[in-house]
This record gives sequence, structure tokens and C-alpha cells, in this order.
Amino acid sequence: MAQAEMNWAAIDADPRFQALHKKKLAFLWSLMLISTAYYFLLPIGAAYFQDLYKIKVWGPLNVGILFALSEFIVAWIIAGVYAVRANKEFDVMAAEIIRDAHNIK
Amino acid sequence: MNLKQIGGAAALALGSSVAFAGAGAVADEFKWMTFAVFGAIIAITMYITYWAARQTHSTSEFYAAGRSVTGIQNGWAIAGDYLSAASFLGIAGLISLYGYDGFMYSVGWLVAYITVLLVIAEPCRNIGKYTLGDILAFRNDPKASKTVAALSTITVSTFYLTAQMVGGGVLIKTLIGIDYHVSIIGVGVLMLGYVVFGGMKATTWVQIVKAMLLVSASILLVLITWGQHGFSLPGFLQAVVDNPGVQNQVAKLVGDAASSMTPQELGQRFLEPGLFLKNPIDQISLGMALVLGTAGMPHILMRFFTVPTAQDARKSVLWAMGIIGGFYVLTLFLGLGAAMNVGAGPIAALDKGGNMAAPMLAQFAGGGADSVLGNLFLAFVAAVAFATIVAVVAGLVLAAASAMAHDIYVGVIKGDRASPQEQVMAARVSSIIVGIMAITVGIAAEGQNVAHLVALAFAVAASSNLPAVFLTLYWKRANTYGIVAGMLVGAIAAIGLVMISPNMTYPKAVLKNADKVLQGEPMQPAKEAVPAKAASSFMCELFALEGCVKSEPAKAASTEKPAKPGAAAKLALLSAKLAATLDPAEQATLKKDIAATEKARAKAEGDLKKFAGQTTSMMGLEQPYFLLKNPGLISIPLGFLVVILGSLLFRDKRSEAMWDELYVRQNTGIQAEGAMAH
Repeated sequence: MAQAEMNWAAIDADPRFQALHKKKLAFLWSLMLISTAYYFLLPIGAAYFQDLYKIKVWGPLNVGILFALSEFIVAWIIAGVYAVRANKEFDVMAAEIIRDAHNIK
Repeated sequence: MNLKQIGGAAALALGSSVAFAGAGAVADEFKWMTFAVFGAIIAITMYITYWAARQTHSTSEFYAAGRSVTGIQNGWAIAGDYLSAASFLGIAGLISLYGYDGFMYSVGWLVAYITVLLVIAEPCRNIGKYTLGDILAFRNDPKASKTVAALSTITVSTFYLTAQMVGGGVLIKTLIGIDYHVSIIGVGVLMLGYVVFGGMKATTWVQIVKAMLLVSASILLVLITWGQHGFSLPGFLQAVVDNPGVQNQVAKLVGDAASSMTPQELGQRFLEPGLFLKNPIDQISLGMALVLGTAGMPHILMRFFTVPTAQDARKSVLWAMGIIGGFYVLTLFLGLGAAMNVGAGPIAALDKGGNMAAPMLAQFAGGGADSVLGNLFLAFVAAVAFATIVAVVAGLVLAAASAMAHDIYVGVIKGDRASPQEQVMAARVSSIIVGIMAITVGIAAEGQNVAHLVALAFAVAASSNLPAVFLTLYWKRANTYGIVAGMLVGAIAAIGLVMISPNMTYPKAVLKNADKVLQGEPMQPAKEAVPAKAASSFMCELFALEGCVKSEPAKAASTEKPAKPGAAAKLALLSAKLAATLDPAEQATLKKDIAATEKARAKAEGDLKKFAGQTTSMMGLEQPYFLLKNPGLISIPLGFLVVILGSLLFRDKRSEAMWDELYVRQNTGIQAEGAMAH
């Protein structure tokens, strides 16, 4: 595979790449924080807020089971939110940089 | 050979075939069916291997299936890797024995994929070639980082692999009574067949087929189990609460507190936390290991090199999360269904950890232990579980072999100058070496306690691999010194802490328990209620330091407990009762009790013999020094810290010079390893 020489430092410094990098990093960090915090709430709640978990909501279905089920929903939502933004925005921004990469000197 | 010798040989063969098909969950008259189903599933995987072998010639085809796997296919394969025996059998079992806590345990296994999706999958596809070492060597010193990465990969794979091998051997023995050694060799030979001939393509397709079979079997079981209650969630849960078997199990678990609870309260307690996971700090430690460790598991990382682009890598994680999450929700029904329909007693009698809950539920759903359909279901679930173990072990062997052949042999020894033929040959030879090692370790570890090895594999991956990969990809200052030091310290800390943790066997405690079983316990006077005690400091929650006050939960007041008889006295009592009763139901329970007591006595006597004269564990400790079962809480931050310190203290020109290229490439995919043209 013949690969053209790229000026990696120049691409890194390109405003379009910097914009992609900033947007992506902030987005990834916030999603990561939300998902981790929400996950660790489950065992912490199970240890210190047992009375809350025991409240029955629908027949024998209690808050604890609902909360555990919500963990699955939240994980799927976070994955979905990331996928939509990555497909619609990050991929498009990256494609433009790739198209122009040889000319960035 | 004279007649006598022939007769002797025949008797020997007969004897060994009896041992070959000893006691299992399947009655002898249905064994042929089990073997037929096993044979069918093995035949399918053999055909896949034959088909894949014809397309596997180059290095890229062997390690990465020619980068021709689609996102959806890879999603199923990742799910297949992950729905290993540990989670399919293990979590269903935990739910069937402990209710809510088992379900809570499953959540971390899914959330782990958020880390994989957000920070690992796409950059690894853009930067990597075949192994973890390739990613680290991109900007760090290639020889140093490949050596450490290979060591870590082989360590993690060996831990995980040993747990799978032993689990598989025990599973096959328990279900259909095939001898442990025969099962281990069977798993090993089949797995080697997939890897050596079919490489990544065969391993991937075996995973896909197996994952689909597993998911369909589970859906069918849930339809049958939940359908009994009209697909109503509260109706299903109410049946769990009303079930006398569930109520009995809770009464057993909560002990004295049960005397003041109504049967309804006992049943409801099964749906509330605290029956199994009692130490929140330990859970957080395990959670950290799962959430960060999955992204550092070499056999999972390797899957991202099999798809053509970063977009496909993303798509594969999304599919995997859908399948894995959906599967765990199904597991809630499987576990609770098994608790109701099979009962915690029989499940725990067959396997203490509850691993037989799902297969036993399958037998029940098909019509019970005496029915043809019930045993067909059982055979199917058992065969799928067997295929799971073989396929997961194949993936692990491929990961370890790639580290050995691609990183060490080609990268370090040959300095990246090896012909394509030589590389493929190295890969095949390494697979055979790792495979033979897996079989040997599996046989050597017979009867050993290996449950902690899965947790240990995740802890090492999270403390060693993840900090190195993460900081290489995202931190400009990371360099060779930090990576090498961090990976070594992280792995050693994780392993060292487990060696002094409650996971190990402490002879003093074992001997004390054995004495209790054999000699009985003296009468216990009534006790007053004790309020909860907090540990004197946070360090005291983690280590058995001198002068520490241990934290203890509040204890309710208890009434006087009568003395418990020793095993011999208990057996005499039960036999006398059996002789006196005419009621067949009571006779059956008494017979079961007698069998259980005899089993406990045999185990206690065995323990006494095995640990006679010993007072300390392998590490020379009388009791655990580190109090958590999972080391992640300490070893993961330590791994990160050492990478950061090492990078700040020393400078490495190459690591700095390559940063721009790495960062641009991991974000855009420019010049990523392409798909092979066919």
C-alpha cells in the first residue's frame, strides 16, 4: 500500500481537527461520568438505602427491581445517544478532514 | 492373548465405561439423546471450521478474519464471548439462590460495554493491527511495550481460561457424568481444532452460531416459564413471593431473623437486596474491575480488529450491548423461574454455586426428569453451555497465541522481519503450545477453587491493560517508561492482593468447620441485640491492621439455640426416623437428608485429612490480610498512578514525536489497517 506522507502535526493543529477533538472529548467524558455514576448508585443504594428499595410499586414489584431494570435502559440510552451523535456529527467532521488531509501542510 | 486376558480387558473396558458415564443429572436411559445433541452441535462447529480453514492463509486472515466480519456479526460474536459459562450459568444460578442480589450482580457486566464503546473500540480499530501490543507499540518503544503487553495478555488469558476449563469439566461431569479428565481433553482438542485450522474466522463463526442458539434457548425457556403466569410481571413476581420453596430458602439465608417474619414477608425478602452481596465496598471494587476490565480483556479487544472500519466497530458494540443486556433481563426470569420450579435445595445439591439452575429449569420446562422432552431440553442447554466453553476458550487461546507469536516471536525476536508464511506458522505453533498448556492447567486444577480466577482476570486487565491503553490513546505525556512500569505494578498488585485475600483457602477455618460438622456444636445461650459497629477507619475496612475494630452489621436478639449433633449422631437419628415412618413423602425427605449428611461428613473427613497439621494459607497467613475479595479498588488507581508518575519522571522522544500521528489517526481512521481484498 503506497501511503502519501502526511503532515500529522499540521492536521492536529488544523482548526477543523481541533473542533472535532474538543467536541468529542467533552461529549465522551460527560457520557462516561453519567453512566459510571448511575451504575455505582445501584450497589451504594442497595447497601445504605434498603428501605427505599423495599417500597412496593406494582404488586410485589419494588423500587429496587425497577432501579436495576432502569440500569439496562440507561445503558442502552447512553449507547444510543453516542451512536446517533457519532454517526451524524463526528463521522461527517472526520470525513472532511480525511478528504483534505493531503493538502494540510 | 489368552482367553483370560481378553476377559480381563473386557471387564476393564466395561468398568471404565461405567465410570465414563457415572452419576449425572440425566438418567441413563436418556444419555443417548444427550450424546446425539452434543454430537450435532459439535458437527456444526466442525463444518464451520472446515469452511473457515479453506479461507485462512495469511496472517491477517488468521488473527483478524481478513477484517471481513460485519458489525452485526461481530456484535453477536462479542456477545458470544461474553455470555460465557460464567455469566449464563453463573448469574442464573445466583438469582435462583439469592434473588435480587444475583440480578444486581449482572448489571455491571453490561455497563462495562459503555467504556468499551466510548473509549476503546473505535480508536483500537483505527490504530491497532492484531494485538494489544500493537496499540501500545504505536508510540512507545516497540520491543519493551510488546513484551509487557504479551506477558499481561498471556497472564489474563491463562486465569480466565483456567476458570473456564475447570468450570467446563465440572459442568459436563455433573450433567451427563463424563469423567472430568475426558471432558477437559475433549474441550481442549475441539478448541485447538477451531483455532489451528480455522483461526479467527472459525472462532468468530462458532461464537455467532453458539450465541444465537443460547439466546433462542433462553427465549424459549422464558416463554414457557413466564407463560405459566400469563406474561404478567407482578403475577410472576407474586408467584415467586408465594412459593414455599423460595420462602424456605430465604428463611435459611436470614437465619434467626426468620422467626419473626410471615411467609409472605420471607418471600418478598427474596426480591430485596442483601441476601448475597453483603459488603458494599467489595461490590464497588468488583464494579470497577468489570467496568474497566472488560475494555482491557485481550480476547474482546482482538474482536475489534476483525471488522473493516471504526464505524463497524461502533455498530458491533451497540449490537453486543443489545444482545447482552436483553439476555441478562431474560436471566432474571430464568433464575426466578428455577427458584420456583426447581427449588434452591435441589439446585444447590447438584452444584453449590447454583450453576445448574438453567439446565435444571430446562429439564423442568420440557416436562421433568422422567420425560423425553425434558431431557431433550436439558441436553440442548447442556450442549450449548459446552459449546460456549469451547468457543470462549478458543478465543482466549487465540488471544494468548497472538501475543506469543505476533508480539514476542515476530515483533521482539525477529524485529518485525518475518515472512508471511513464517508468521502464520508461528501463530499455529503458538496456538498448539497455549492449547496444550490449557489442557494441562485444566487437569492440574481439578477440584481447586477457581471461582476467583475470573474476577482476578478482570482485575488484572483493569489494573494493567486498561490504564496503559487508555493513557497511550488519550494522554500526550504518556511514554514507554510509564506504560511498562504501570502495567507491571498494576498486574502484580492485583495478583498479590488476591493472594492475601479471603479468596484463598485458610486451613484453620476449614478445619474448624470440619470439626463442627463431625463433632456437632454446643448449645448457644440467648444473645441480646447488638447495634451495628463501624470500622475504626477506612483502612480497617480494607486490611486486617493491628488495633482495628471490624465493622459489623446490627444483630437482632436471638433466643437460646440447642446444641447441634455431630454427623454420626445425626445419621443415627435420621436412620431411626426413617425406620419408624411409613409415609413415602417423609421417607423421601429423610433419605435425601441422610445422603446430604453423608456427603457433608465425607467432605469434612477429606478436609481434615487434606489440611491436617496445616495452619496457614499458601502465603503463610492464618487469616486474610486484605479483606476484600476483589483488589480493583486499590490496584486500578495504582496502575493509573504508576503510568502517570513513570511518564512524568522520564522522557521518551519517540512517544512524544508519535503523539500527533496517533491522535489524528485514532480520531479519523486515516491509514487504518485495511480490509483484505478477496
